[in-house]
Amino acid sequence: MSSVMHDTAIYISGLSVSFGGFAAITNLSMELRYGEIRAIIGPNGAGKTTLMDVITGKTRPASGEVFLDRVTNLATLDEPSIARLGIGRKFQKPSVFEALFVRENLELAIRNGRGYADMLRSRLTAPQHERIDEVLDMVGLASEGGRIAGTLSHGQKQWLEIGMLLVADPHVLLLDEPVAGMTDHETERTVELIARLRSPQRAVVVIEHDMDFVGEIADLVSVLHEGQLLGEGSMDHVRNDPRVIQVYLGR
Amino acid sequence: MTTLPEPGSSRASRFTLHAFASKWVGERLEAGLVPVLILVAVYMPFAYFVVPETNALHLSLFGINLIGQIMCFALLALALDLVWGYAGILSLGHGVFFGIGGYLMGIYLLNGAYAETHVLPDFMQYMGASDFPAAWKLLSRLDVTIVATIIASALVAGVFGFVTFRSRINGVYLSIITQALTYALMLLLFINDVGLGGNNGMTGFTRIAGFRLASVPTQIGLAVSSCLLLVAAYAGARFLARSSFGRALIAVRDDEPRMRFLGYRTHTVKLIAWCVSAVLAALAGMLYVPQVGIVNPSIVSPQLSVEIAVWVAIGGRGTLIGAIVGAILVNGLKFWLTAQAPAVWPFILAGVTLVIVVYFSNGVWGAVKPAGRQRGDISR
Repeated sequence: MSSVMHDTAIYISGLSVSFGGFAAITNLSMELRYGEIRAIIGPNGAGKTTLMDVITGKTRPASGEVFLDRVTNLATLDEPSIARLGIGRKFQKPSVFEALFVRENLELAIRNGRGYADMLRSRLTAPQHERIDEVLDMVGLASEGGRIAGTLSHGQKQWLEIGMLLVADPHVLLLDEPVAGMTDHETERTVELIARLRSPQRAVVVIEHDMDFVGEIADLVSVLHEGQLLGEGSMDHVRNDPRVIQVYLGR
Repeated sequence: MTTLPEPGSSRASRFTLHAFASKWVGERLEAGLVPVLILVAVYMPFAYFVVPETNALHLSLFGINLIGQIMCFALLALALDLVWGYAGILSLGHGVFFGIGGYLMGIYLLNGAYAETHVLPDFMQYMGASDFPAAWKLLSRLDVTIVATIIASALVAGVFGFVTFRSRINGVYLSIITQALTYALMLLLFINDVGLGGNNGMTGFTRIAGFRLASVPTQIGLAVSSCLLLVAAYAGARFLARSSFGRALIAVRDDEPRMRFLGYRTHTVKLIAWCVSAVLAALAGMLYVPQVGIVNPSIVSPQLSVEIAVWVAIGGRGTLIGAIVGAILVNGLKFWLTAQAPAVWPFILAGVTLVIVVYFSNGVWGAVKPAGRQRGDISR
């Protein structure tokens, strides 16, 4: 896969982020491409989640550039605007609306924050309903649409959250530790799900600690260490990089 | 969303106290609230004029006036529940909006009194004024006053909400700011130079919309209006809460960052609910003042604002009906007990609040409400 050149989805150049003197990311440059599943690995505090925060508008960079499709400067936009551009983010801890039905979670997601007055009366369109059914099926919750989301298992909540991103047909999908706390069986199903997320119009980025999981899903692995890019390449390449072994894998 | 199966219906067959309460009290009360309130509205004039005084079903003017006041409090509680129960914004300063409605109504009523008697209100004479303030004459008509109240309360709420929600001030910090706001307004209104009657407030009202305020039909009319406005507000709030927008409010309450990352400007969502709530509270204040015949700074005291939250908590937040039930229960109890045993009332209120908080975390309504739709629940 990685031999094929794809268009750049997210372009990051010279990015630095600091929190009160602590440099979380230092002069980081990387590109996330369409059609690719990218894993970002690294020890705790390497800047993985901070990188997602910058891409999604939660954190402002101290310097450097973050562009979508090489035209939209993400560093100047807030979270809702970036979300509406089609950049979906899954949090580390499953974040679904537990008091609502599974289907209502997806309903809110598919509306994408557009038209508050419209939300008073209008029902979803038929294509929107079809899309929700399709996504429910895809994330394995086809028969759970009428359940209160809070009663789902941990793994099902993770899938629902991925589903909430999928209904909006995101161009960039950022998944922060999607298999954390999952059983082996659930992890397997998540691997299948993520493999099906691959699309020429979509860049998928996964932050993960689980090496076996990363090996199964990722086309390309980027290793972060102390806010800098330590290495990038296929899983095999990264596994054999002595610097990577030293700071991360070898421990 | 009409095709959803009802969750929880399978386990409803087991007999529990809650199942019993929800079937025999909750379902009936939920279906019956609006008819009961309309019935009360229709019954009040009937009970006063037709039912003889010796009959137990007769209502005195005092009783009718009490019902009217309690309806205003219920509307106030409903307003708070919309923002607290649904959007998760615990306002401890809703008295501000109640007060805006109350004071603007006071100004309107003094306009009427001055037009009739041509005697300046006491506090104006005391301050050495020689003429009725020109600006006050803007509120010489009831319809204008109503519109002005809606605009003023929405504007104050809009500015306050815009600044705080955009700055992402949440939770207890926001509660403290709202409490400080109502306290500051109270201190401001205490000052005579502000020109709103200072400590004593405004009183000596004579007419509303041309009707003598002291006359029986006017007082009954006000109580009936309070009932009907509560019904309309409940219907509106229920529509809002059950719409897609209502679900967005619940989502913002439970996980605001997630909503932002789904593309929602959560401060706008909160601001809309906040302004609607403020307008409802102001309308409640407007109807309250002519029924008690006076408006003074105690209407924006921190104590009242905290009490509103207590009514909602006791009734059950996030359910709308719970706020109404809570306000009616607590205020009914209060009026009765402060007459019977004024000294023990604070202890009883504190005791009831404690028991509810410890044993019924979802309030009185949470204990009896229908089992089918539980999406309003907070403690899960």
